Amino acid sequence: MTQLPPASDKKLGLVIDLDICVGCHACVISCKGWNTENYGAPLSDMDAYGENPVGSFLNRVHSFEIELEDGPAQNVHFPKSCLHCETAPCVTVCPTGASYKRAEDGIVLVNEEACIGCGLCAWACPYGAREMDQAEGVMKKCTLCVDRIYNENLAAEDQIPACVRSCPTGARHFGDFGDPNSAVSQLVAEREAVDLMPEQGTKPVNKYLLPRIKDRWLDQPEAGDVLPVVAEEPEGFLKWLDKALEKL
Amino acid sequence: MNPAPSVIIFTVLSGLGFGMLFWLGLGQAETGGMIGFWLFAMAFILSGGGLLASTFHLGNPQRFWRAFSQWQTSWLSREAILAVAALGLMGLFGLRQVFFAQDWVWLGRAGAGLSLLTVLATAMIYSQLKTVPRWNQPGTVVLFILLALAGGALITAQAGLAAGLFGLAGLAQLWVWYRGGQRFAEAGSTLASATGLGGRGQLRLFEPPHTGRNYLLDEMVYRIGRKHALRLRVIALLGMSILPAAIMLASGAGLLAGGAGLLAAGLAGAVHLIGVFAARWLFFAEAEHVVGLYYGRHS
Repeated sequence: MTQLPPASDKKLGLVIDLDICVGCHACVISCKGWNTENYGAPLSDMDAYGENPVGSFLNRVHSFEIELEDGPAQNVHFPKSCLHCETAPCVTVCPTGASYKRAEDGIVLVNEEACIGCGLCAWACPYGAREMDQAEGVMKKCTLCVDRIYNENLAAEDQIPACVRSCPTGARHFGDFGDPNSAVSQLVAEREAVDLMPEQGTKPVNKYLLPRIKDRWLDQPEAGDVLPVVAEEPEGFLKWLDKALEKL
Repeated sequence: MNPAPSVIIFTVLSGLGFGMLFWLGLGQAETGGMIGFWLFAMAFILSGGGLLASTFHLGNPQRFWRAFSQWQTSWLSREAILAVAALGLMGLFGLRQVFFAQDWVWLGRAGAGLSLLTVLATAMIYSQLKTVPRWNQPGTVVLFILLALAGGALITAQAGLAAGLFGLAGLAQLWVWYRGGQRFAEAGSTLASATGLGGRGQLRLFEPPHTGRNYLLDEMVYRIGRKHALRLRVIALLGMSILPAAIMLASGAGLLAGGAGLLAAGLAGAVHLIGVFAARWLFFAEAEHVVGLYYGRHS
């Protein structure tokens, strides 16, 4: 059903720490790897070795630059995947009921058997979290690795989303935002955490921790103070050349 | 947004077809005998053909029947249900009128109402999207409905009414363009709100996540040669509104009688269709989706 379920007590999602993400794209690749082999249709690539390759990914890393007025410019690597919104607009627009939000833990999923591939959910999502698979003609999106997090066959440390498991810097955290004592809720309470595009009214579950302001310029001398100023009046050979040229 | 031909053809033709069915259902046209047969046939070819064209952009069109299930929340589902209901009632109404010369007024009125509601549902699919601020305005719905009514009135030979509706549709289009230009700023989405990194300094995209294209860029970050946008708007407005309104005014005033009148109506219809196609292409091509912000667009 594409009616949103009543707000669940359990709200599974991610906190992404923009302060320590180094933009290595390991989460992108591990996500592609896991989700190609597991839940739903494989994440296809078209013309993978040709001139115009294109493929479906559920997680992408953008990089932004902040030019500070009083400090050096700062780069921020910005991983982006489905935010599992509480009032997910992608769910209510679906004509077939393929797009749904789980009542038990708030994960937003696509039932690929019922998806007609109309693309309206991708239009309704402000974050670009959904991509149509060009081989299967069905909509693909982050499943929060629903086939890992409840998978008793995996070792305990692997029962987290692939992107979280693979992050070498620990910039991604998985947990229950419905529980105020969970590690992710604590992180959000302690650090400056934001919703993406709050004006869209989607109430995203995933949160982003803002980067700390990095180093400021020290009291460094201007370049001109360090390097000798080139003499206005030339000396020696240059003086002769200058004069000679002027006489011409 | 990507101006996919299947969706442009669908919205233009089915809008015209359902506009015709609205007037036919109200009994506003000569519906007996051969004229009635051809009018109903044309309305069904336009509306039904348009609906068929819309399935060409689906990834899995064989599952289309599932789209009738989610009427409680989805405008796309409502459109599918309303369209089938409208075609069903109007089919029955048309059969009785054309072949048995019998009139069930209530059936026609119900079919007319459903036909207009179908156009409303089509427009709401676009107008509901907060992610595309240019579409997210009431004018979108008004414009779609006026265009359907105007085109329908023309083909059902109501010259004076058609002229008035062409004029109104032109005004609505101007209003939608004017408001559309303000909507993105009003919606308030910026690179700062999209990333949460506002208030620190000048923000810009440093490196995109991929250097090739992807579904998001192809579908939602479509860029047209904007230098032609103004020219196309002029063509659209002349075609959809001003020229057909002028022709139908002349025709309605009795300046063009008999064969000349029929020819003029045909010309007005052709010009109108060209204008609506141009306007609908712009409707998609000019629409900015907020996801473009993550790719350094719209700022």
